[in-house]
Amino acid sequence: MDLNFIEIENLHKSFDSQRVLKGVNLGINKGESIVIIGQSGCGKSVLLKHLIRLLEPDEGRVVVDRNDLSQLKDKELIHLRQRFGMLFQSAALFDSLTVEENVGLELRESRLYSDKEIKETVNEKLELVGLTDANQKKPAQLSGGMRKRVGLARAIANNPEVLLYDEPTTGLDPITADIIDELILNLHQKLNVTSIAVTHDMKSAFKVAQRIVMLYAGKVEINGTPEEIKTTDNQIVRQFIEGRAKGPIKV
Amino acid sequence: MANSLQELGHYGIKFVGKLGGITMLTIKFILSLKEIFRSSRLIFEQLYLIGVKSLPLIVIISIFVGAVSAWQAAYQFKFIGAPLRFLGNAVGKAVVIELAPVLSAIAFAGRVGAGVTAELGTMKVTEQIDALESMGINPVRYLVMPRVLASLFMVPFLVIFADFVAIVGALLVSIIGVDVSSTLFLDGFRNSFKLSDFINGLIKAGVFGFIIGIVGCYEGFHAKGGAQGVGEATTTSVVISTVLILVFNFIFALILFRLR
Repeated sequence: MDLNFIEIENLHKSFDSQRVLKGVNLGINKGESIVIIGQSGCGKSVLLKHLIRLLEPDEGRVVVDRNDLSQLKDKELIHLRQRFGMLFQSAALFDSLTVEENVGLELRESRLYSDKEIKETVNEKLELVGLTDANQKKPAQLSGGMRKRVGLARAIANNPEVLLYDEPTTGLDPITADIIDELILNLHQKLNVTSIAVTHDMKSAFKVAQRIVMLYAGKVEINGTPEEIKTTDNQIVRQFIEGRAKGPIKV
Repeated sequence: MANSLQELGHYGIKFVGKLGGITMLTIKFILSLKEIFRSSRLIFEQLYLIGVKSLPLIVIISIFVGAVSAWQAAYQFKFIGAPLRFLGNAVGKAVVIELAPVLSAIAFAGRVGAGVTAELGTMKVTEQIDALESMGINPVRYLVMPRVLASLFMVPFLVIFADFVAIVGALLVSIIGVDVSSTLFLDGFRNSFKLSDFINGLIKAGVFGFIIGIVGCYEGFHAKGGAQGVGEATTTSVVISTVLILVFNFIFALILFRLR
């Protein structure tokens, strides 16, 4: 049987006494655009961070391109991480660096490119996310939407194979959120990357996903196409996608 | 009683855990030194930010430390009937061996240790450290190594200034307030001055600098939550650094200044 590009097998994770993931199993194919949905605090971001070993599982394993992440040595892990790009929830831009320095940091630190090449790549990526006049600004001078765009430009600076999005539209107004969704779609098509996003914004999920996975009570509750999710009889999923306070999900 | 013991045990385990964590970070720091040239720009930046910028604080503290040492020494001399021509000897020894290294290090822990923890703690809770790791950049090489090295080298550098300024402060008080001439004070200072004392003071300062840097980084890397977590980490960083400075100072006294 062919393995998926990313395999998550029986993943368990707890923080102190709180069990967040209780046996997540999920396969992700190369080139797919997958969205993981679920309530706030259900472990979506925790799951995402396991994909590049920012967190280590208590039990189970994550396999990327046939590499069991727990078995990788430091250098191998660094090389694997360089195949990923990640947009963090709050963009996680470095306050002390300008936009240009933020986007070019990974390239500069890799020591594989000249200053001229870095500048050209930075400008190209910033243009791709529609931000051409902010190179010298510091993150504190940017709006929430602009910060996400810079975070996105930084995530794609090293031409990754996989893009991870942690709540890409959270905290943005509906129009800016839609612009970010459009960017995610465009990048997926133009760069031919595997996209994995976590969100609780259903409008965004239906717009960018080829497949939607819902996490509930530490496990995968449903895994299907957006159409299957929209028409499912699963009452837990229905309550979540319809945003109802009453139903089987207790808050 | 049982509760108090349980609480004490809990703190004990936490403290041992912290020491273990600081030791692990020290090992990672040493391993990261093989990439020292790759981080040279960051190291020079930190030498300026945490070293040179601490100079005004150290100068102000030292002038008053010197001044009060001379005043208190003169007061005690008067009390026991000792001749004031030994004022330079006593103050010089106290400043070079103990006061300048220890008080400069404690002031440095308050300014730089707290600053490093607050900066790295904020980076931790806003996922900037995760972002570095996600790009395949080693946070120990990028953040810890430059700060610890800068702290390790700049505390001894600041202590050289502190020694000089404190002696000037003591000299001024001796001339103006105690009626000891500059010649008498400086003769006493010269007679008691030993290069080995001065160098031992600088070695101590280097160790204190390392402690401040590594503890500051460790606490920053382990900050949790939001502003409150960063605040708690900052306080813990200064407390642990200060306690370790005083403990290591005592160990140095036992090793370097043997009674027999």
